[in-house]
Amino acid sequence: MRPFSYVSAPDVATALRAVADDPGAKFLGGGTNLVDLMRAGIEQPDTVVDITSLPLAEIGERPDGGVRIGALVRNSRLAAHPLIRARYPVLSQAVLAGASAQLRNMATVGGNLLQRTRCPYFYDRTAACNKREPGSGCGAIGGFNRGHAVLGVSGACIAAHPSDMCVALAALDAVVEVESVRGVRRVPMASFHRPPGETPHVETDLSPDELVTAVELPPSPTAANSRYRKVRDRASYAFALVSVAAALEVRDGTVTGVGLALGGVATTPWRARRAEHALLGAPATEESFRRAAEAELAPATGLPGNAFKIEMARRAVTATLRRLLTEGSPA
Amino acid sequence: MTSTPTAPTRTPSPVETGTGRSVGRPLDRVDGTAKTTGAARYAAEHPHPGLAHAALVHAAVTRGRITGIDAAGAEAVPGVLAVITHENAPAMKPPPPVSVLNLSSLASGSSVNYLNTDEVHWNGQPVAVVVAETPEAARHAAGLVRVSYRELPATVDFAAEEGNAVPQKSSALQSGGARKGDAEAALAAAPVSVDLRFTTPPYHHNAIEPHATTAVWDGDRLTVHEGTQNITWLRDHLALRFGVPVRNVRVVAPYVGGAFGGKTMVWAGTVLTVLAARVTGRPVRMALTREGVYRTVGGRTPSAQRVALGARADGTLTALIHTSVTQTGRTGGLPEQATSQSRHLYAAENILLRQNLVELDAVPNTPMRAPGESIGTFALESAVDELACALGLDPIELRMRNEPERNPVDGKRFAHRMLREAYALGAERFGWSGRTPEPGSMRDGGWLVGLGVASAYHPSWQMPANVTVRLSADGSVVVRCGFHEMGMGGATAQAQIAADALGVPFEAVRVEYGDSDLPSGPGAGGSAQTASVAASLLAACEKLKGSLLALARRSGGSPLRGRRPGDLEARDGGLWAGPAGPGETYAAILARAGRDSAEAAVGSDTRVGKVTGQLRFMSKLLRDRRRWVKAACGAHFCEVRVDPDTGEVRVSRWLGVFDVGRVVNAKMVASQLRGGIVMGIGMALSEETLVDPRNGRIMNPGLADYHVPVHADVPPIDVHCLDVPDPTMPLGLLGVGEVSVTGVAAAIANAVRHATGRRVRDLPVTPDKLL
Repeated sequence: MRPFSYVSAPDVATALRAVADDPGAKFLGGGTNLVDLMRAGIEQPDTVVDITSLPLAEIGERPDGGVRIGALVRNSRLAAHPLIRARYPVLSQAVLAGASAQLRNMATVGGNLLQRTRCPYFYDRTAACNKREPGSGCGAIGGFNRGHAVLGVSGACIAAHPSDMCVALAALDAVVEVESVRGVRRVPMASFHRPPGETPHVETDLSPDELVTAVELPPSPTAANSRYRKVRDRASYAFALVSVAAALEVRDGTVTGVGLALGGVATTPWRARRAEHALLGAPATEESFRRAAEAELAPATGLPGNAFKIEMARRAVTATLRRLLTEGSPA
Repeated sequence: MTSTPTAPTRTPSPVETGTGRSVGRPLDRVDGTAKTTGAARYAAEHPHPGLAHAALVHAAVTRGRITGIDAAGAEAVPGVLAVITHENAPAMKPPPPVSVLNLSSLASGSSVNYLNTDEVHWNGQPVAVVVAETPEAARHAAGLVRVSYRELPATVDFAAEEGNAVPQKSSALQSGGARKGDAEAALAAAPVSVDLRFTTPPYHHNAIEPHATTAVWDGDRLTVHEGTQNITWLRDHLALRFGVPVRNVRVVAPYVGGAFGGKTMVWAGTVLTVLAARVTGRPVRMALTREGVYRTVGGRTPSAQRVALGARADGTLTALIHTSVTQTGRTGGLPEQATSQSRHLYAAENILLRQNLVELDAVPNTPMRAPGESIGTFALESAVDELACALGLDPIELRMRNEPERNPVDGKRFAHRMLREAYALGAERFGWSGRTPEPGSMRDGGWLVGLGVASAYHPSWQMPANVTVRLSADGSVVVRCGFHEMGMGGATAQAQIAADALGVPFEAVRVEYGDSDLPSGPGAGGSAQTASVAASLLAACEKLKGSLLALARRSGGSPLRGRRPGDLEARDGGLWAGPAGPGETYAAILARAGRDSAEAAVGSDTRVGKVTGQLRFMSKLLRDRRRWVKAACGAHFCEVRVDPDTGEVRVSRWLGVFDVGRVVNAKMVASQLRGGIVMGIGMALSEETLVDPRNGRIMNPGLADYHVPVHADVPPIDVHCLDVPDPTMPLGLLGVGEVSVTGVAAAIANAVRHATGRRVRDLPVTPDKLL
């Protein structure tokens, strides 16, 4: 690991100033991803600004019935919180599907939003990777890409977004609150992460000096009936091959509300708008679910290593909606 | 019962009949407290004054010559003591050629003379080592060493090279093939047949303790702390490489944090730590990163296998063909005996076995738990299951109809064989009769349920071991032997054996192991360590009792005067003529003779003694193998659940019934067998080393991306041992360490076939293969 300076920020203003004055500075939350990347030499900050003392670790109800989650809330606490479990079960489930208990105890909500891809070519400094080293090429496209994206890909990058939490946040229409010395702004989940295009090293809408301070969840009656389904190679501690965050409201056999997002298959947490569009107002049947899944995956492009994800995603979407319809949210 | 032991019988001793008080009991391991409290010191935990730390620089090309090294950036890092490269490293003697007269010559993981050459033979080969005051500085500086290369063409794609495989030559220790009758003709003529191709990926051991070495030079004397599976090989190898007498090298390895074959050979990290200590004049420690282990220590070869079976309508096998292609590295690696179990498991009328090899520019492969049989049983036992489907026969019934009376390829006798009993007991305990044979016919809610079986098989070996036993007047016993404790419980087992052989309490015995200053022990490999040490330990205990009896007979007043060894039994801390007869304690014998202790030794650690010992060992081994086929075996029963939507497989229930001869310690044996099954579950469902076919680089060198099973992947595992001694092995022991990993992958694939109707022939059985 490259030597670096360490600063512990006592308040938000100090943290923001520290980063605004130093282009080589990075915020340090739980460190579960940044420190790994520093060890691998992928991230090489000159200064690490520890933000874990900042007062951003609260979960609170908003006047409109939504919930505000501080950026420094640990993943384990988020998953266990009664408000989240009751109103947004999909979020609780998604967080618990990620990483391990030890990692969830450390990882923060803000850090999880900024989690970087697990593409092995990104992690291997001897390999070509446009995300790590713009213009160097993509090792994954002609190499191992079983874990890679089939949606939102470009000729420059097919790296999958690894987060589970973000998939649930996408389905829930979450809004990310960010702050810099220039002020506060709110970014909807749908535009927070950027598809790779020709600039895969630019992963989010954040400027380098902006700090994620909170995530807001709007009130949603649909979200109370929601689940997260993660398909992976082992029962725990593995990234998703395919994951589905789904919220469903059905009245008299007709879909009256739906929120759907996919993980493991896309370069960003993938809001499934085509599927949602196909479902709203449609009869809540296996056939509608399947058709919606097909609509969502229609633009998907697979490579020999990951083409299976297209069918796996169709099946996972259909099965998750079916289960929501018949069993509702998990207990 | 066809498996009645067929070896000649002789009068067994109390220890052999299990009438002693310790053998067979499920005692707690003697090193348990030290390990669970952290008191146990592993190789990277030995403090030394002035300790420096080392880190490797790995080649980023696959094959080539180094054209330049720029170490300036690394040398400028504060705390860096040395950057050692081929340009400045002192000369080391090259690894020795392999000789059967010197088994230590097998120790080299690779023939590369690290840092004594500008040649690069695989992607990741060490090309420099950085020594610094802290591990952080060493690793950071290692990342700053700039190496330029002239690249050369490399052969790295196993699948592409398969067609260029050449037949493996047979050796004294391993056969490259076998032939009985005309199997191809019999296959063509068979009314029912299957002819299937299987592939298995490369795997890595992933011991919980990554390889680590602490090396300390004192003049020309070297002490090495290392988690090794073969202290003697390592000591001899280092003495040779660094040009010092063997007696000057001490290897200390009291605790090994798992190994599974990966710590059998001597790999780059060890040699270069010793070199770094030599160059800097400081004690040096190098703890490899997990990635460092993948890049510098071999794993299990990938394989492509063909199994073809021909049968009559009643299931009688008329043809068995098993061929394999595996890889070795250009600079070393052992051919993997993938067809081994196919010589022994089925009474086919015609048999053709052939092992083929390709040589790649890759880190040499190395033994990994049951090399050969682990991957070979996957192919054979999957094919047998498929044949059962084709015949409409129950897969256990098909196996029983082809259970051989004698070794199928050559008609040798089995020393011991209880596969029928294993299946009969297992079927009853597992509830096999409740299985409905139709694929997809069993369900649990939304899950498809499948039940599968497969045979486990692993040859049993015995190696030379030198042992001393000392009995003191206070009743304590010390057993000394330089064997290895990697978690299997060797010290506990040998203490149990010594306690019964001498008739003393288990608590009175202390076992010293894991140090090359002790009498030379066997390597921990081939599931042979416990039986090998036990043989010498039993002989040493007999000698010791003989000496004590002689002492008693020489001194006046002993109730043992006039007694012969055969009349006496060892119990209650002494020798007694029968259950009620006269006798006396060892303490009394020693006291009367005015002695503090008595000692007996088996085997010699002198140079001549070692050569004689190895010659005796090789001739006994070859003689034994001409007479008998010895093996541990077993029957795996498993239940899987498959999600019909996503193809996810979860193992929900497991039973293994094993014939491992006598069980010394039921608790540790069950634990070891269970561990093998867990490893097999990983092999079957999730583990796979990804070697980029474009450049041979391992792309998932870590536990986040190489998926060993997590707890949630492992069901309750029921293990049962038949516990009948093998009449040809010391104490009736057969090896326990490896047998249980064999057959596991096939049992799972067979259960998946039953659940889904799909036969997956390419491991691992990941969800995408079941969509």
